[in-house]
Amino acid sequence: MNNDFRARSHPAYWAFIVHRVSGLLLAVFLPFHFWVLGQALRNTAALEGFLRWSEQPLVKFAETGLILLLAAHLAGGVRLLMLEFLAWRDWHKTLLAVAAGVSLAIGLAFALNVV
Amino acid sequence: MLWIAQRASAAVLALCVIVHLITIIYAVRNGLSAAGILERTRGNYGWFVFYAVFVAAIAVHAPIGLRNILSEMLGWRGAALNLLVLVLAIALALSGWRAAFAVFT
Repeated sequence: MNNDFRARSHPAYWAFIVHRVSGLLLAVFLPFHFWVLGQALRNTAALEGFLRWSEQPLVKFAETGLILLLAAHLAGGVRLLMLEFLAWRDWHKTLLAVAAGVSLAIGLAFALNVV
Repeated sequence: MLWIAQRASAAVLALCVIVHLITIIYAVRNGLSAAGILERTRGNYGWFVFYAVFVAAIAVHAPIGLRNILSEMLGWRGAALNLLVLVLAIALALSGWRAAFAVFT
């Protein structure tokens, strides 16, 4: 019997996908992030110019997405560490919901502060 | 070895990312400015050490994660993959420490 569909409709499968995709996108973003901060080494005006550019609504929207990705990767990662290193307890089942909730709360906190 | 390094770096990153997210949400309240960022970080050894450790953990964690993805999804294995991962780790560490140094000096 083919169980692919059942396996992929399980919340843990989606948690795996979110963790993997968020990790990959954050890894792609990191060199750009370091390069922008490195601008401060040459001159502060270049960094300031970039920050002014980042005030555009579309960039703010993308930044909120990045914060969500970071929060989701953090929450998903902490969930994995707890699953691997702590003894199994019933409340582990609720970790997925907690991880998703914490990620959304952090993303929302950023969005409300930045707008 | 890589399994342990991935988990150990994840534990360090969990703390660093929590501090980083709190700092970001606090810093963007009144808009970001280069002066505002540098005022917090310039000459501040505490932030410099924090970011240096943060970058070190990233340089361990991200390349191992990419190695897992390339290995599991594309079936790529062997010395070339390990070399690529090592180069990525060194590049991330150097560019990250450069950024930490840039906002410190």
